[in-house]
Amino acid sequence: MMSRYSIDRWSSRAVLAFGITSFVVLVVIAAFIFRESLPALQEVGLFKILFGTEWYPRYDKFGILTMVVGSIAVTIVSLGIAIPLSLGAAVLLAEVAPQPVRKVVRPAVELLVGIPSVVFGLVGMVALAPFIADISGKGSGSSVLAASIVLAVMVLPTITSISEDAIRALPPTYKEGALALGATHWQTIWRVLVPSARRGIMAGAILGTGRAIGETMAMVMVIGNSPIFPTGLFSTARTLTGNIAVEIAAAVGIHQSVLYVTGLVLFVLVMIINSASLLAYKRRAD
Amino acid sequence: MSKKIMIVVLTMVALSAMLVAGCSGTSSITIGGSTTVQPLSEAWTETFTASSDVEISVQGGGSSAGVKGAAEGTLDIGSASREMKSSEEDEYPSLIVHHVAADGVAVVVHPSNDVSDLTLEEIRDIFAAGSNDEWTVINREEGSGTREVYEDIVMDGVEVAPNAEFLPSNGACKEKVANTENAIGYISLGYVDESVKAIKVDGVVCSEDNVRNGSYPVMRYLNYITDGEPEGIVKEYIDYCLSSDGQQIAADEGYIKLN
Repeated sequence: MMSRYSIDRWSSRAVLAFGITSFVVLVVIAAFIFRESLPALQEVGLFKILFGTEWYPRYDKFGILTMVVGSIAVTIVSLGIAIPLSLGAAVLLAEVAPQPVRKVVRPAVELLVGIPSVVFGLVGMVALAPFIADISGKGSGSSVLAASIVLAVMVLPTITSISEDAIRALPPTYKEGALALGATHWQTIWRVLVPSARRGIMAGAILGTGRAIGETMAMVMVIGNSPIFPTGLFSTARTLTGNIAVEIAAAVGIHQSVLYVTGLVLFVLVMIINSASLLAYKRRAD
Repeated sequence: MSKKIMIVVLTMVALSAMLVAGCSGTSSITIGGSTTVQPLSEAWTETFTASSDVEISVQGGGSSAGVKGAAEGTLDIGSASREMKSSEEDEYPSLIVHHVAADGVAVVVHPSNDVSDLTLEEIRDIFAAGSNDEWTVINREEGSGTREVYEDIVMDGVEVAPNAEFLPSNGACKEKVANTENAIGYISLGYVDESVKAIKVDGVVCSEDNVRNGSYPVMRYLNYITDGEPEGIVKEYIDYCLSSDGQQIAADEGYIKLN
């Protein structure tokens, strides 16, 4: 018969083991990506890959700068669409909506997270892209704009729910004080609540950025995958994730290794974004 | 409590026993690689498995994945819509290539497009210039066997402009061309249907006869690749594909019989 103390001891060891496992997985993945990248880093060189602007593996051209720019462009445009929408939804859910409305809208927003990205991609490809082709009057509609809109819908729930929590977590005295001073509800929301919750909102936006930059399947289906610098909203482009997804199945040798370098660059980008998010959270706690 | 556990354990033992028995009763092989060969493999598999006790699963992945899979043993048969590259022959010397059918690569445009006849040079120029107000150029991903053949024969060393759209399969390419009025792309003859218009190349229609007699320029062999000489079920299957029945199926699917 185990004493309850030994159960206590063993359970904390088990939890520790689980915790360490996830850390080890991270290290193993990082090491694996790095090892697979080595041949390309040695033969082509990081500088040539990172700052090269031409991608044509058949003729040994392995520059991924266009895709770094593509990924960043799509992320920025999609956040430009998603942040105002999410902030509006968060204010609605936290302050404005009556209970019945909240009961319907909130689960609806959360359900968006559960829709597989390939479904978003499909809708983007068959419904959104032809629509954009009509507006722009040329091409097939595969574009930075189509990709950004699809992505905006995908990151919407993340930013909305974190922003809503941030607004709800404010001490009630903020709102009460503002109203007591004669501010209207709207003034209270816009001048007091939203600015006070800005760190939480920013953390949500940064988490959304992390999701946006890592999104793959939906991007491959609507962005056209052209390895060029996007020249505008209606231009096609290629993302880092898309580069790996489209080509890895057929890649051999150095080409394959360069795709791992693409992964490495993506890994570092996401690490930077996540660290920024952690920092934003920490400063909020202080 | 312990009774419940017993039941669970017994069920698991019984299930795994059935699984083992299932495996030894029927044999199974896996074919994968080129998306051009995939529909053909599926058609052959359907009739082949109807008359024998074999399970065959057919996958896509691209020609290079087919070569790699066959070499690494993850596929019993790799499929490729191109010949092996010299780098692949060096890396995997034990692989054997079997021609199982031939195929034309059709240059396709939207059905509403007036263009119906281009020379090889004109097509090359369009692809080299890339997407503009006149054309939306649809290319395939690096490593596609169809693209490999297309670049060898049509592009002849000239690069396809990077602002073309890159799509990862014959099906996706056809869909895009079918839905975009000024699109031009290329797909396997087996995929051509009324949703797109195959144009004449140098005045020659992309048809079975013209590919077989060599007058249509953009053609290639479709290949099965095995690690060493095929044996057992794999050999039976490949022999079936090469039989007159098998070749007739290839023709019915829109590919081209060997001689």
